[in-house]
Amino acid sequence: MNRFRIALATMLVFLSLGNCFGSDDMVQIKGSDTLINMVQKLSEVYMAKEPGTAIAVTGGGSGTGIAGLINKKCDIANSSRQIKASEVEEANKKGVDPKRVVVAIDALSIIVSGQNPIDKLTVDQIGKIYRGEIKNWSEVGGSDLPITLYGRQSNSGTYDFMKENVMFGEYSPTLKSMNGNAQIAEALKQDASGIGYVGVGYAKEAAGVKVLKVASKIGANYYDPFNMMDVKTGRYPITRPLNQYVNGAPKGVVKDFIIYELSEEGQAIVEQEGFFAIPDEYQTYNDQALGVSGRIRQSPMRPKDLEENLGAG
Amino acid sequence: MAKHNDFKEKLIHGLFFLNGLLVVFVLIGIFVLLVTKALPAFRQIRLTEFLFSAKWNPTATFVAPSYGILSMLVSTLMVSIGALIIAVPLGIGTAAYLSDVADKRVREIAKPIVEILAGIPSVVIGFLGIVLVGPFIAKIFRLPNGLNALNGSILLAVMALPTIISLSEDALNSVPKSFQEASLALGATHWQTLMRVKIPAAVSGIIAASMLGMGRAIGETMTVLMATGCAIAMPKSFLQSVQTMTATIAIEMGEVPYNTTHYYALFGIGLVLFIITFIVNMISDIIFHKYQKVLK
Repeated sequence: MNRFRIALATMLVFLSLGNCFGSDDMVQIKGSDTLINMVQKLSEVYMAKEPGTAIAVTGGGSGTGIAGLINKKCDIANSSRQIKASEVEEANKKGVDPKRVVVAIDALSIIVSGQNPIDKLTVDQIGKIYRGEIKNWSEVGGSDLPITLYGRQSNSGTYDFMKENVMFGEYSPTLKSMNGNAQIAEALKQDASGIGYVGVGYAKEAAGVKVLKVASKIGANYYDPFNMMDVKTGRYPITRPLNQYVNGAPKGVVKDFIIYELSEEGQAIVEQEGFFAIPDEYQTYNDQALGVSGRIRQSPMRPKDLEENLGAG
Repeated sequence: MAKHNDFKEKLIHGLFFLNGLLVVFVLIGIFVLLVTKALPAFRQIRLTEFLFSAKWNPTATFVAPSYGILSMLVSTLMVSIGALIIAVPLGIGTAAYLSDVADKRVREIAKPIVEILAGIPSVVIGFLGIVLVGPFIAKIFRLPNGLNALNGSILLAVMALPTIISLSEDALNSVPKSFQEASLALGATHWQTLMRVKIPAAVSGIIAASMLGMGRAIGETMTVLMATGCAIAMPKSFLQSVQTMTATIAIEMGEVPYNTTHYYALFGIGLVLFIITFIVNMISDIIFHKYQKVLK
């Protein structure tokens, strides 16, 4: 019993020490569930390239990430929505100056069960379904089956994005609030009556679900969210930038990591994870936010690494 | 020497008194915190709307935000009463088996196992709800999914069982031996003795045990968050998704801006939960003491 106690006490001491040291050089990234896998992959590759850097990526939802940035609990907030005016105000009150960087483009994908005969919807129909005005699949040309709504919890940026940009109204109270993209995809595998929304990176890898084609209005063409050209030109109607927020112009590891994310190599990883690389206008936007003059798309590798690479080539 | 003992005695007495006092202070502290954090909510929300409206949408942007907790209150009561309906008969049965039927060796193995059940983390039980109980319910009732109040009830029943079994067994064991002997001497069978003498004699202990189990079910968060589907609409049956009060606090506390009506309203929900569990525990305590007096 005594030995157990001593072990416990030692563990606690080390844990708290670890925390003290960790907060100094460990970069904390927090927020959107949609971005988490992608950013995690980016950070893993980056850490392998730059030994000695430590980056921790956690989820919790865009709202949680931004709240974390405001309360100075994280260095970078992942957010699948833009920061709200009220959040900027709160941040300024606490001396935090949120700066936005766009790291990827997402085509929000509407998914149904693989057993559902429906394969396309208009934006208006999606809005009506989530507002609870269309309640049965037969009303949109499907079988006679009540629609089960799957969505995200209110701390999710995707929850807000749907509301503000697709539904233009409030969610039906019958919405099942799921914890993340993966949980929605998992639920729809089993539920033939369900409809859900996930980031395109999750739609690509989900088995047993069907990704719907979406048209901006009746009479317009239907597009699926997988074709880069359809997404970049906005022919696929539900696209959005995936953002990271930092406090003021970033410095040190935070800045290096963001530059890496925006480099060609970083953007290639973004595409590997199922999302889309950012178009040129966002690159310019990012340059301004980061306080970097000129393009930063060249490789962020240190000169030494470059020399080594050149030597090897 | 006597003096020294006296001092030691007093010291220990004082120490235990302080320990007891600490618990009281913590309880009062929590209550005061909840009340002071919850009260500002009612500058914006009418108490009648808070308690009797089933519309909860504090983050509404297209319509005015609404702060009614009735559907969550009903959900919490449904899920925990459902859990009791499942757990109480099972719990009493197991307790009766352990105290009266099982031989000593079986009891020595079965009792610790029941207690281990209490130690399973709620997130694990919630996971079982998603992958095991949910699909099973969906299949039996031919539903598209099994994330509903029934799922939550079944899982909470599992979590309340150890409490109910342990305390009911204690209650059955503390029925005086003479009751049982008298019954058997009058020619009653073991079954008759158990059903008509022992269980009635222990009934207040069993009720107290069930109430404590219910207290645990009401406060449980992770399991119901994972397994009940979390839809805020007023539930019409056990086969619909529900969102309990605990789940609402857990979901929304993480991102709510501090010191807003929404923030205070979440503390309001916490206060309602506190009051409910307090009443449930108090009733169980009163019943328990009454029964001890009767048997003496």
